[in-house]
Amino acid sequence: MRILRYGAHALLVECADPDEVAALRAELLRRREQGLLPAFDDLVPAERTVLIDGLDDPAPLAGEIAGWDLPDPAAAAGSLVRLDVRYDGPDLAEVARAWRMTPDEAAALHSGLEYRVAFCGFAPGFAYLTGLPPQYHLPRRPTPRTAVPAGSVAVAGPYTGVYPRLSPGGWHLIGTTGARLWDLSRSDPALLTPGTRVVFTPQSRG
Amino acid sequence: MTPRARSRAVEIVRAGPLTTVQDLGRPGYAHLGVGRSGALDQPAHRLANRLVGNPPAAATLETTLGGTALRALGEPVVVAVCGAVAAVRVNGASVAWAAPVYVPTGALLEIGPAVRGVRSYVAIAGGFLAEQILGSRSTDLLSGLGPAPLRDGDVLAVAQPPQVPPAADVIPVSAPADSPIELAVLPGPRAEHFGAETWHTLTRAEYRVKDQSNRIALRLDGPALARQGPDSIPSEGAILGALQVPADGLPILFLADHPPTGGYPVIGVIPGEALHLATQAAPSTRVRFRAANLGSPKAARLR
Repeated sequence: MRILRYGAHALLVECADPDEVAALRAELLRRREQGLLPAFDDLVPAERTVLIDGLDDPAPLAGEIAGWDLPDPAAAAGSLVRLDVRYDGPDLAEVARAWRMTPDEAAALHSGLEYRVAFCGFAPGFAYLTGLPPQYHLPRRPTPRTAVPAGSVAVAGPYTGVYPRLSPGGWHLIGTTGARLWDLSRSDPALLTPGTRVVFTPQSRG
Repeated sequence: MTPRARSRAVEIVRAGPLTTVQDLGRPGYAHLGVGRSGALDQPAHRLANRLVGNPPAAATLETTLGGTALRALGEPVVVAVCGAVAAVRVNGASVAWAAPVYVPTGALLEIGPAVRGVRSYVAIAGGFLAEQILGSRSTDLLSGLGPAPLRDGDVLAVAQPPQVPPAADVIPVSAPADSPIELAVLPGPRAEHFGAETWHTLTRAEYRVKDQSNRIALRLDGPALARQGPDSIPSEGAILGALQVPADGLPILFLADHPPTGGYPVIGVIPGEALHLATQAAPSTRVRFRAANLGSPKAARLR
C-alpha cells in the first residue's frame, strides 16, 4: 500500500489490486465500528484506491495504516443479493461472439458466476461488479449509447453492472433486470453497496 | 384565499437563469455514487442564514448570475441576501444587501443580476422547505438528486423561524474578490504524474474561467499542463477542491456537484477555505494559483 496525502483533510491509499482495496475497506469499517478511528465523512473504494475524506488531521492515520495487517478479502465479503435477469440485451449476440460461444452459453456463463461490488460510481446506485474471468473482459463500445434503459445488465472491461436509471452508457448490454437498484423510498436507497456479493438468476425470455 | 396561500410560503415569480435550493449538502454517500452537493459559496450561505437567525443547515436559494424574484405568501418574512453583490428591492424600493430585510405579505422581493461574483444566497427566517433526500435539501445537478431547479410559478414552503432573534443585525462582510483571483493550491495525490516543470507552469501562469463552468466544476483556459504519466488512470475517489487534468491539459476544479470518482490525475487541491473565491469567479475571471503546502497554518474546516 502507498499512502498519498489528498489536500489537508483526506488520504488516498493506493492498493496492489482490487482484493487489497476490499480488505482495506473492510478493515477501516471494522476499526471505525470499534471506535478506533478518528471521525471522517466519506470512505470511497475505487478500482485501485481507497479514499478517506473529511479527516480533521490525516497525518496520524496515514502513519497507522501502513502497519496494519489486512484481513483475507474473502472475510470482507458482504451479504448476497440475487438479481433476476432476462438475457435479452441488444449486445448479447455480439458479446457471445467475442466470447466464442452461443448467446445461451454466454447467458449461462454470466449467470454462473458470483460477483462482488468493488465500488460504486457513475450514478447513484451504479455498482462495479468484479468476478468476470480475464478472458471475458471486453473494451467498451467504441461509441457510447446516448440512452441506456434503467435495469440494463451490462459488461465492460473487468466489470459487469446494472444501470440504475436511464442514462448514457458505453457498456455492452446483455440483459434486463426488474430489480430497483436505486430507490429513495428505501432506508438504504442503493441495493448494491461495496462488498455486496451478487448472483444473476436467469429468467425465461418470455 | 386558498389554504395554501395562507401558509408560510413564497412564490417564485422569476426563477432566473438557474436558482436552486441549497444547504450544507449530503457528505457521507460518495461510496454509493452520490456526491456532496450543497451551497457552493459556503461562507455566504452561512452568513445569510446567520443574518436571519437560522442555523447553518437551513436551506437557502442559490442564484446564478441573473438573480431571482419571489413573493411572500400568507405571512411576512425576513430575508437576507449574501454572496454575489446584487441590487435587492422590496416592491421596487432598494433595501440592504447582506442585512436582514423585512418583506411584507404579498410584497415582491427582487434580487438583481450579480454585479460582482456569480451566486447570491437568499436566506429566509425559518429556512426554505423541500423534501430531504439523504439528509439534505440540496439540488445536485450531476446526479439529479434533490428538488429540481426552480421555475417561474413554483411555490416553496418556509419553516417557522426560530424563537431566538438574530444575534446581530449587521455583520461586516466583504464582496467577492475582483479579477484576478488568487487560489492557494496544495500538491495533489498525482502531482508526481506531472513533474516540477508543470507545477511551475500551474503556479506561475494565468488561467481564465471558461463559460462552461457550473456547479460541477470550474473549467479553466490557459497553458496546458503536460503530464509524464498516462492520459487517464483507473477511477479513484475525488474530493471537493480537486484540480483534475484531463487529456487536453486544461485543469478542471471540482466544485460541490463533482462526480465522486474521476479517471484523470489530480495535480493539486484547493483548500476548503479558498474555494468560495472560485465559486464566485464569473466567466473570463483571471485565476492565479499560488503554491501552498501542508505546513501552512491549519485553517478551520468547512463543515
